[in-house]
Amino acid sequence: MLLLEDGTLREDGWHHVADDEAIPASGDITVSFTRWKEVGATLNGRSGKLGLRLDNTTAPADVAPDLSHFQLIVLNFPKFTDGRAYSQARLLRTRHGYKGELRAGGNVLRDQLLFMRRCGFNSFIVGERAVKEDWAKAFGEFDVFYQTAQDGRPWVMRQRLNAAP
Amino acid sequence: MYRYDDFDHRFVDERVAQYRDQVRRRLAGQLTEDEFKPLRLMNGLYLQMHAYMLRIAIPYGAFDSAKMRKLAHITRKYDRGYGHFTTRQNLQLNWIKLEDTPDILAELASVEMHAIQTSGNSFRNTTTDPFAGVAHDEIEDPRPYAEILRQWSTLHPEFSFLPRKFKIAVSASTEDRAAVKMHDVGLYLRRNDKGEVGFEVMAGGGLGRTPLLSHTIKPFVARRDLLSYLEAVLRVYNQYGRRDNIYKARIKILVQSLGAKKFAEEVEAEWLASDREAAALPDNYVREIASAFALPAYDNTPVDEAAFKRDAAANPAFARWLRRNTFGHKSSNHAVVTISLKPVGETPGDCSADQMDLVADLADELSFGEIRAAYEQNLVLPHVRRDALFGLWKRLEAAGLGTANIGQITDIICCPGMDYCSLATARSIPIAQDLARHMAAKEEAIGTFNIKISGCINACGHHHLGHIGILGVDKNGEEVYQITLGGDAGNNAAVGTIIGPALKSDAVTGGIDTLIDVYLKLRQDGERFPDTYRRIGAKPFKEALYAVA
Repeated sequence: MLLLEDGTLREDGWHHVADDEAIPASGDITVSFTRWKEVGATLNGRSGKLGLRLDNTTAPADVAPDLSHFQLIVLNFPKFTDGRAYSQARLLRTRHGYKGELRAGGNVLRDQLLFMRRCGFNSFIVGERAVKEDWAKAFGEFDVFYQTAQDGRPWVMRQRLNAAP
Repeated sequence: MYRYDDFDHRFVDERVAQYRDQVRRRLAGQLTEDEFKPLRLMNGLYLQMHAYMLRIAIPYGAFDSAKMRKLAHITRKYDRGYGHFTTRQNLQLNWIKLEDTPDILAELASVEMHAIQTSGNSFRNTTTDPFAGVAHDEIEDPRPYAEILRQWSTLHPEFSFLPRKFKIAVSASTEDRAAVKMHDVGLYLRRNDKGEVGFEVMAGGGLGRTPLLSHTIKPFVARRDLLSYLEAVLRVYNQYGRRDNIYKARIKILVQSLGAKKFAEEVEAEWLASDREAAALPDNYVREIASAFALPAYDNTPVDEAAFKRDAAANPAFARWLRRNTFGHKSSNHAVVTISLKPVGETPGDCSADQMDLVADLADELSFGEIRAAYEQNLVLPHVRRDALFGLWKRLEAAGLGTANIGQITDIICCPGMDYCSLATARSIPIAQDLARHMAAKEEAIGTFNIKISGCINACGHHHLGHIGILGVDKNGEEVYQITLGGDAGNNAAVGTIIGPALKSDAVTGGIDTLIDVYLKLRQDGERFPDTYRRIGAKPFKEALYAVA
């Protein structure tokens, strides 16, 4: 799978361990929340980074106490029309203070990338179509935003208030 | 009225460029129809029976002569010279080509308009009182709040892929003229005992297959907290609203299944845990937005009341129009005028390009250029001097826009139905036309009355809220019509109840006539139909209707 991060496309270096698969001794891996709950503590000693895959029905609050263990969280869009992970992302970033990599997986399409970044995602599993369609362009389609969000970009109400005499 | 600043202009231009590229990718085969569909829907483009339909946003129904002329131009250049005003205070064009849509959106952007989120599973056009700003019974002008909500709800990064569409309405008057309680979220502007402005927030209303009225989930949200509180409502809905069944995906089903009290608690907890400062709405910002809605400089020379009375006395038709189509203005020298788009026998809500141009001219001459679209599918000139009414009426009459039927039985709300809409299960326009033709003679005797017609269960024609509601359904290949009684919008909102078996299309007008006769016989002291219905129940209506059927 291709990964879009910081405007560049590259191969995903993480190994996403299935629930019925043995945990490899080394390398960067992600596990599901179910797996984490089963084997969590035993993963602390291994070499390599640890990531968590969350389905979009898990409340971020349930994961909050464990967030310090993870360098990556992968949120899932089962269909691009299913927008639950946008709220999960914002909650992880704001309420729970998660600072690591937040990745969008599943049915990730070009025309949703900007919304995702604004909600706090910073990497995206995008598939092979991304190259020829130049997906990185999607982030630059707007520079006017009407809401405060997680990407720290200026938003209109604040800009107007700052410009007011 | 609100004017775009540089941010707003740049935003709609960026949106047009983005959409133009999406259409290019679709036509080049880079996007599948499944992938393109939600993108075009987020710009108001539906694929209908005969062609694409473009639904253009008229934010909270407020627009002006320049916008109206642009709409007339677009209908002439890209469509068939007419448009249809909808129950969401929007305008629909029925014969659009996909390739033309980027240019149409660019034309709209040039007059500070767009079609953003007039469809799709996100925020729809925020609606409000068509008399906002000028109604004599207003607490405060709701338009600044509607504009703030328009901006906040436009391409919201977190809430653009909700379980289902999301409609907000705002009312700020004693009388609710925005059907607030049938909305996903309804806002009633309130003042607390310190005189501060805030909102009673209602949630969980909606029509469609499961018609429900909303519940108060917080009696007073301070205006500073309006956006952060709404974000909490939406966050609860986005996470917990059903996504497995399109008919159970609206917020009303979530509110119903949790119970309004529990839903309110969930929202409150989410709100208290959220960063309320980040989205706080400062007073000086509200003042800045509100300054765009300052009332125009009225000519307050006293109206010559004697001449005014003389004209009305000499022209009973004008007097009738005055009585029905004008409404009390904050300024005693002015009136709020509703232009009926319901000429008897025509398609409710339709307006030709020539009529649009005329309304634009009249708005410039007589109403400071301002026009409103009402959810009842009529147009409003909000600031007309009373001594100009007689001349206005004559010019409207000459153009087929002088129908004096606002709030009367021929002022029928009606969706496009199967004549245009691919979701429809039956035609609705011919039913409305036939009913209006038949009822016109009795209109004066009947008085205030509303009939609402939908051509399918999605209820765009608000049939559940009609004093008499008519729902067209398909029964084994035949169009039949279910009749509901006792619905009401506004302060006393009520969902009508189905009276009995559906009527065949040729029996609808006769059937309604029978129901009206029962009402005329049994009403007391000028009672409105829903009040009579509540007092005497369905039985007399049922007996009369099915005795003749």
